[in-house]
Amino acid sequence: MENLISIFVKSIFIDNMVFAYFLGMCSYLAVSKTVKTSVGLGIAVVFVLGITVPVDYLINNYLLAPGALAWLSPSLADVDLNFLSFIIFIAVIASMVQLVEMIIEKFSPALYSSLGIFLPLIAVNCAILGGSLFMQEREYVSIAEATSFGLGSGVGWFLAIVGIAAIREKIRYSNVPAPLRGLGITFIITGLMGIAFMSFMGIKL
Amino acid sequence: MSNKEPLFSAKNRRLLTTPLSKENPITIQVLGICSALAVTVKLEPAFVMAISVMAVLAFGNVIISLLRKTIAPRIRIIVQLVVIAALVILVDQVLKAFVYDVSKQLSVFVGLIITNCIIMGRFEAFAMSNKAWPSFLDGIGNAAGYGIILIVVAFFRELFGSGTIWGFKVIPEVFYEIGYKDNGLMILPPMALIVVGIIIWVQRSRDKELIEEN
Repeated sequence: MENLISIFVKSIFIDNMVFAYFLGMCSYLAVSKTVKTSVGLGIAVVFVLGITVPVDYLINNYLLAPGALAWLSPSLADVDLNFLSFIIFIAVIASMVQLVEMIIEKFSPALYSSLGIFLPLIAVNCAILGGSLFMQEREYVSIAEATSFGLGSGVGWFLAIVGIAAIREKIRYSNVPAPLRGLGITFIITGLMGIAFMSFMGIKL
Repeated sequence: MSNKEPLFSAKNRRLLTTPLSKENPITIQVLGICSALAVTVKLEPAFVMAISVMAVLAFGNVIISLLRKTIAPRIRIIVQLVVIAALVILVDQVLKAFVYDVSKQLSVFVGLIITNCIIMGRFEAFAMSNKAWPSFLDGIGNAAGYGIILIVVAFFRELFGSGTIWGFKVIPEVFYEIGYKDNGLMILPPMALIVVGIIIWVQRSRDKELIEEN
């Protein structure tokens, strides 16, 4: 249990998707104009990461990894389907996003209409595919660890986008040099936020 | 189409050149930032990344543009993702075979070319409604615009961060003896963002049309 909490905290602060790996930057920069929309997108990302990482974990461990097919029959023990992982992961993500969209539409129309266009956009958010690829690279030993990594990364991304949206709402009242307005200053603020997040780096968990 | 236009007509040349400055994918269209920043600590991985994206984008654009009349609009995202993923797997295998060290350094970012928004963005905006040859040029142009930013950022980060260019020492030993130190901050991730921010600043102060309202 302690292990799970430490993976969760680590993926929120130390290995933050946005500040340490620059994942999901496109939607992070494009959708962070107001706090309200970025909260919606952030929740959707937490949701989808929390589902796709464990599903991809199962697929990776029972289908793709070297020797993973041994549970079918011993003769398949040398089969290594690892090169297929990109295409399978992205297919899982695209179909999960579709599924999540349908479920939300059915059971919570209010949430569905507030998320709107963001749900389908998540399929091409690199934080989601990045989550699955990091899960594969770091070789988590159980599905519980993979789930806590997925949720943690999602929460980290949520914090980052809500933070930058709040700053951008306020910065409208400041006198930014004209050529830096909009995108330029957002980049620099993100850099400074990243430096702030680096203070967590020394923590050993 | 009876009147054939020359391969490099003015219109086609523009497809190649505008993404380099006025419609740069990174600084103006805000596409493909994710991978651009993470691979720019050193010049070599940045260069390999730029070439990989160029291969995927140019051929992907051609494939999508040839298929554009047969793709049903409802399933186009999945079709596009499959085309991209197949091309990326090819690139990944080639990198693993020929430049294994670089492929290790790039780690998950080769896979992340799949979700690089430049590629989906150009498929949607250009290849779905244009013929194969212009799409090919559009792919090359946009990938080159992306590559230029990558290489400029990597150049400054490597020069100031480790005092080397392409792995060769360029800052003379004498400087270190006087007391010059490599700036360790340049190697860390946040500086990539700030360097790109400065590039945007320079570009927009030279070209006033690009300045945003807010």
